[in-house]
This record gives sequence, structure tokens and C-alpha cells, in this order.
Amino acid sequence: MAKDGAAKLSKNLLRMKFMQRGLDAELKKQLDEEEKRIISDEHWFLDLPELKAKENHIIEERSCVPCEDLVYGRMSFRGFNPEVEKLMLLMNTHKEEEEDEEEDDVSRMETDITDEEMARRYESLVESMRKKFAKKRNRSTVTKSEEDVNCNVVGDQPKKVFLKPQD
Amino acid sequence: MDTIHACFKEKIGEVLLPGDVFSFRLSESGDGSIKTEKIICGPGLRRNGEEVQVCKSGILRHKQPNMYWIDSQQRRYVPAKGESVIGIVTAKSGDIFKVDVGGSEQASLSYLAFEGATKRNRPNVQVGDLVYGQFTIANKDMEPELVCIDSCGRANGMGVFGADGLLFKVSLGLVRRLLAPQSEIIKDLEKIFPFELVVGMNGRVWVKAKTVQQTLIVTNLLETCENMTSQQRQTLFKRVAEGSL
Repeated sequence: MAKDGAAKLSKNLLRMKFMQRGLDAELKKQLDEEEKRIISDEHWFLDLPELKAKENHIIEERSCVPCEDLVYGRMSFRGFNPEVEKLMLLMNTHKEEEEDEEEDDVSRMETDITDEEMARRYESLVESMRKKFAKKRNRSTVTKSEEDVNCNVVGDQPKKVFLKPQD
Repeated sequence: MDTIHACFKEKIGEVLLPGDVFSFRLSESGDGSIKTEKIICGPGLRRNGEEVQVCKSGILRHKQPNMYWIDSQQRRYVPAKGESVIGIVTAKSGDIFKVDVGGSEQASLSYLAFEGATKRNRPNVQVGDLVYGQFTIANKDMEPELVCIDSCGRANGMGVFGADGLLFKVSLGLVRRLLAPQSEIIKDLEKIFPFELVVGMNGRVWVKAKTVQQTLIVTNLLETCENMTSQQRQTLFKRVAEGSL
């Protein structure tokens, strides 16, 4: 087996990854395509004409709970079981909310801080972080631009670079 | 749109018998509006191709915008998905409990379907316990499955309940009347004395009050409510309220 020439190696063996490392890209592509063809030929398919699913306008509903808007099944009266009374309120208002929510927009969430305060806090936060990470030489420019309300950046003095001696 | 609803409208509030058919031709050309109208057939109505057939005798009811159903009387419960029922645990086998819900088959309840249950932390459920749960699977081809947990993982009052109290069976029509949004029976009962009530859609009702006698009074009142008009009921309740207080 080991003594046979390359011609005697089987097809499957030649298709293995380690045998293909020496091949060209083209040969590899050809081999891949052949493999795909073989696999897709083996796939089964139905030789039927295309059937379209009919859209049904009639929906069947087996339960009578949505029909009659039945309430939650556990009930307690006059404080006999306070937990169940809490549950009653929860489940029955939950059902009412579902009906109302369809009309309202859920646009604003309730917040502890107003939006303006948040924007102000964020502004100062950005400045302080910028100052912290600015290089020592740039810190003065940062503070200057901060004080100016319109943030007009006045042209800086030319940056001090190392001057090579002309000697 | 008008043709569909018109077929139904003439019969709303009338008694229909099984075999009555509502058919409407939807093959009209170019009517985009008719195509998008959906009708929801509730219990008692069944779709048969393009027609709607009545399969239970009763009165046709309507709810806006497009829901129709037959209001009928029966005592035998057929499990339906999404309904909350009271079940009695009959057996524990492996990972599931077998629960009797009054249907043709016993429902299965997985032990993981309780709030806070894990493989190590098993729920404390014994044979003979009462459970309040919802159906996740309930059709004529498969065994019904119950869960005591909602889709978010919270119990919402479901699970084992009721150390004391009394369980009894009523007709399904009375259950629907008790659970209606502004139920008069409940409003009248409230006035008598404090008590706790669990109503399952399978016709089972569990009552608990402070003393055994009060529990029995409530039970008897509920059982007789079925066959009384509201006048008779109110007079009866008044007599009881005066008698007991």
C-alpha cells in the first residue's frame, strides 16, 4: 500500500485535507465543486408543483377566555387572604393595561433625574475626563476653551518642537 | 367586509343548532378590503374550508370587532390551551405529576414548571394536592400539559393551594358567569361574609371560609345559583345574610 505510486491512491484519500495542501487553488476549487455536486445529487426532493398556502381569514379560537373577558380565577373577599387580593388587583389591572397600551405610546420612561440635568451632568463629565487625559502641555488650552462659552478655539501659539542645532 | 359580518349579524342572539352553516363568497375581484378582514370563531364554531359551521347548540354571541361564539351549556370540560384549571394530583412518576382535570385524559405537570423549582430543589407536591395551573398544550391529538408558571417564570398565584376548604363541581356555564367581569353573583356573595374562592375553568370550584358552616353555606349558594333567576337569587342571599348575621 505504501509502496504504490501516486496513481494508485483512492479518490477519497486524495480528497482529504492533508493531501490537498500541495495543490493549486484551481484544482482545489474543482474538487470542491465536484464534492458539492455529489452531495446535492444525493439530496431528496419532491417533484411537486409549487403549492401556495392559502391565507385564512377565519381564525379558530378554542378557549372562551378571550371571548368573554373572564377575570382571574383566584379571588378573596373582605380581606380573607390578603395575598390573593393583591394578586387580584395585579392580574386584573394587567389585563386592563394591555387593552389601553395599544392606544398609548410608550414614549417616556419615568426617570429620577430630568433630561436637562442629565445633559448638564454629562457635559461636565466629558470636560473633566478630557482634562484628565490631556497631556500636561495641552491642559492649559483645554481649560481656556472650557471657560469660553462658545468654545471658540483661538489659534494656539505654535507648538514647541525640538529645534535641531544648525551647526 | 359587509357581506361577512352581515351574514352573522342577523343571527346574533338567536338559537342555532349544529349543522347551521355561514358561507360567504370571498372570490370577489379586486376587493382588497375583504381579504384583510379576519374573523375569530370562538367555541362552538368551526371552520370548514371557506365556511363556518356551528357545532354546538346555543345562542350566537358577538364581541367587537370580529369575535363570534356560541354560548352553550355543558358540564363536561374539554381542555383548551391557555385556560386555568384546578387539578388534583393523582400520581408522581419520575419527573412529572399526573393531574386529573376532569377531561378525557389526565394532564401531565412537570416538576420544573413551578416557580423557583430546579432539578435539586423539587416542589413540595404530594398525591392528592390541589393545583391551579394553565394548559400549555391541549388538543385532541396529544396528552394535555399543565404548568404552574407563566411565560416570565413567575407563579402569579398558580401552584399548590388550599390546605382547608371544599372542592365541588359546577357546570361550565356557571363558571363563566362567576368569572365574568362584573359578575352579579360575586357581588352578592361578597356582602355575606369574607371567604376565599378559586374557580377553575374545568367546572371545579374551591371555597374556604372561617368556619365549616360558612363554607358549606357558600357551597350551597353557588350550587343553587345555577337554576335561579337573579330575582330569586337576590332574595335568597338576603335571607341568608340576615339569618347568618
